[in-house]
Amino acid sequence: MPDGGIGAPTKRREDLRFLTGKGRYTDDINLRGQSYCVFVRSQVAHGRIVSIDTSKAAAMPGVIQVFTGDDFAEVGSIPCGWQIHDRKGEPMLEPAHPVLARGKVRYVGDAYAAVVAETEAQARDAAEAVEAEIEELPAVIDMVKAVSDKSNLVHDEIGSNLCYDWGFVEENREATAKAIDEAYHVTTLELVNNRLIPNAMEPRVAVGDYDETNDHSTLHTTSQNPHVIRLLMGAFVLGIPEHKLRVVAPDVGGGFGSKIFHYAEEAFVTFAAKQIKRPVKWTSTRSEAFMTDAHGRDHVTKIELALDNEGHFLALRTNTYANMGAYLSTFSTSVPTYLHGTLMAGNYKTPHIYVNVKAVFTNTVPVDAYRGAGRPEATFQLERVIDKAAREMGIDPIEIRRRNFIQPDEFPYQTPVAVSYDTGNYQATMDKLIEIADLDGFEERRAASAARGKLRGLGVNCYIEACGIAPSNLVGQLGARAGLYESATVRVNATGGLVVMTGSHSHGQGHETAFPQVIASMIGIDPSMVEIVHGDTANTPMGMGTYGSRSLAVGGSAMVKATEKIIAKAKKIAAHILEASDQDIELKDGMFTVKGTDKSKAWGDITLAAYVPHNYPLESLEPGLEETAFYDPSNFTYPAGAYACEVEVDPETGQVEIASFAAADDFGNIINPLIVSGQVHGGIGQGIGQALLEQAVYDDNGQLLSGSYMDYAMPRASDVPSYVVDHSCQTPCTHNPLGVKGCGEAGAIGSPPAVVNAVIDALHRGGHTHVSHINMPLSPSRVWAAMQKS
Amino acid sequence: MTKVSMTVNGKTVSGEVEGRTLLVEFLREGLGLTGTHVGCDTSQCGACVVHVNGEATKSCTTFASLCDGAEVTTIEGMANPDGSLGKIQQAFQDHHGLQCGFCTPGMVMSAAALLKDNPKPTEAEVRHYLDGNICRCTGYHNIVKAIMAASGQDVSIAAE
Repeated sequence: MPDGGIGAPTKRREDLRFLTGKGRYTDDINLRGQSYCVFVRSQVAHGRIVSIDTSKAAAMPGVIQVFTGDDFAEVGSIPCGWQIHDRKGEPMLEPAHPVLARGKVRYVGDAYAAVVAETEAQARDAAEAVEAEIEELPAVIDMVKAVSDKSNLVHDEIGSNLCYDWGFVEENREATAKAIDEAYHVTTLELVNNRLIPNAMEPRVAVGDYDETNDHSTLHTTSQNPHVIRLLMGAFVLGIPEHKLRVVAPDVGGGFGSKIFHYAEEAFVTFAAKQIKRPVKWTSTRSEAFMTDAHGRDHVTKIELALDNEGHFLALRTNTYANMGAYLSTFSTSVPTYLHGTLMAGNYKTPHIYVNVKAVFTNTVPVDAYRGAGRPEATFQLERVIDKAAREMGIDPIEIRRRNFIQPDEFPYQTPVAVSYDTGNYQATMDKLIEIADLDGFEERRAASAARGKLRGLGVNCYIEACGIAPSNLVGQLGARAGLYESATVRVNATGGLVVMTGSHSHGQGHETAFPQVIASMIGIDPSMVEIVHGDTANTPMGMGTYGSRSLAVGGSAMVKATEKIIAKAKKIAAHILEASDQDIELKDGMFTVKGTDKSKAWGDITLAAYVPHNYPLESLEPGLEETAFYDPSNFTYPAGAYACEVEVDPETGQVEIASFAAADDFGNIINPLIVSGQVHGGIGQGIGQALLEQAVYDDNGQLLSGSYMDYAMPRASDVPSYVVDHSCQTPCTHNPLGVKGCGEAGAIGSPPAVVNAVIDALHRGGHTHVSHINMPLSPSRVWAAMQKS
Repeated sequence: MTKVSMTVNGKTVSGEVEGRTLLVEFLREGLGLTGTHVGCDTSQCGACVVHVNGEATKSCTTFASLCDGAEVTTIEGMANPDGSLGKIQQAFQDHHGLQCGFCTPGMVMSAAALLKDNPKPTEAEVRHYLDGNICRCTGYHNIVKAIMAASGQDVSIAAE
């Protein structure tokens, strides 16, 4: 076996360019003859556009053209990628989403004009000179009130602010209600899953280019999925066939979901470049990012958990209002439904579960997937209500979870919310957590904190995730307007090196390092012989990109399938050269050997023969060694784990400090533990941010109050501790060839309830037993105020 | 337009700038040194940190014209003379202290400034010093570890 194959903590090769300033991000791209675009954005949340006068702006120095919504009259609407059907089977309400606003502006930041000029400064100056008369309308902000508000509509033409009223599983509704009505005990919790702003450190950038000579458009963009952008923008918005449109997403500086979606700016620069026949570049400022990148979460929920007298779960019912914002972003509608309702069983056996979700339009920026996407919302409410139930019934919070776990011998396990878990061992991850978090030492640490005047609390919870959403025919039935396979082309060169062209996309995940480790193990060669190409529709097969922790489970599986085809063909070539049957050829350590003999040929001998086919079975086998595979999983994967957080609360100020954080995860098989740990660290950092610091705040007029890093509290290095993480509990996925489950979102899903559970525990230990919940973020003022009530 | 001259990564460079031209714009657009990044517009995120006359400086809020005659070092000037990674850069790779790489140049430049003034910082000192550098990918764990390692202090390898 070569060094650096599956399981090795290989250092990342992509780091060399990132550490020396040689990364190539979209803003680093400047094309010859490039012009610059600045958008004119609404300063009111809701208003009727009476008139737009661009004449002054058009006369300013360097201005090439000023665009308004009228220039896009013949252009399509930005599409939503998932059609939800409501409880009655009716399709969701789906209003138009124009590239530039026409008729009305619907959120602060909604662009209604754009200036293209010779320099960015000139474009910015001219954008100031665009004069618009906008009649301000009352803003629709409170989503619960918005549902019944028929007089003030975000979209007048659809007649309601309610996008859909979804029931899942609708057939469970009555049985769940009956079980709750008859239960020994019912714990109820009302909570908010706070609205977050993703804040990838690289702001979005789009550069459109047009080649007149063959009517070909190119878009360079900060995307997690260039093929998806090509399909949505080409087919639905601009009407450009795929062979006339190339989308390139080079190095991308983080995504966390926010760079999945097709944004209006991408369509604008592609369209404008064709109009003016010059490249058009747009670089988002951070202020624009705050008000135009799709936000995340923003659920208002009531959850009820019914239990018997021993703390066994009998039924679960949850009612959620989910904010869609002003328009339906690409995957917005799937997040509170199929990425949320399907996870409500958690790690537990609950016979009856019913989920209701009302998705609501408001005059805020669109809300869509953010790291975890629906699964953090499911996990948070479930793990919080379980903690509350344990406290009400006087059962230890770890014990009540253990009592209700799906047991290792009960897999595959069919939940009441449609999904079937393939593998898992929740007792094992809980045991591991207790060990790595040193929970036995908690009392001693609590006493030490108390001696310093601090209230120490412990929060423990579990989570389950669903990654690699599939299969395509199932998601199609559920309303997805795309397939959810992944692709890979493996090209072997004559001298033995390989290039893998993957439809997955790395924006920090380390594919360039981890994917070669898999091929190195399969063939028995050094990983340095394998190179990964991604992020360009011109040289990769049609793929769905990277989100939902799907790269390795789906994209990696496609690469394995293509490599298996390569190996099968290479064995036939080797069999011919070694004068044996291909059934008798073994590939090990990069050598093809005839079983039971010492006759062998090296990997490089066979790859050379494939391209210099002098001694070659040409009558039965084509020359060359290049294969493509598309992999469509038969099920989701289900990573799971147990997390523990210890906090210290200052009783005088309500300040919460994270004293320690431990995570025991089961991701199935691990390809690169260094990268996996890093993914968990990052997720926990974001989860702590949600729990303690972050909150997108709109006032009643729809002004975004948290619109910069001065106002939106991003976690800093001093806000978080070092983490203890472990992924040695491994129940491999049973239905993909690598046995992998995905690790990208776990930290962000599992950590918020651990933090909140810990704070509530600290307050209870400090005598504030009336506090059953505090909404995130747990700022000092909220914690302090909770302690003051009695 | 004003003419400015400065030494960037040991080379003398000059160019014409407007009064409003920022140092980061001069570096990125004027000199093609795109390793220095712009991550915000309020001088908070630190992706743009370079060294001006040896001091860590946010180049997104520094006018290029004010750097006339200055010695500037950017991420492109941090490798060893033979092109191999410098000590801090190497520690970031060894300890997986970066993911998407966008904040990384600023992190490395801030770390270098910290270790110049405080060669053996405690973990708390490292975390406090990084308050002006935001990373969204790593949860800071491996960045802190990398900086501690670069200072010659013992840290276990990050593959835990």
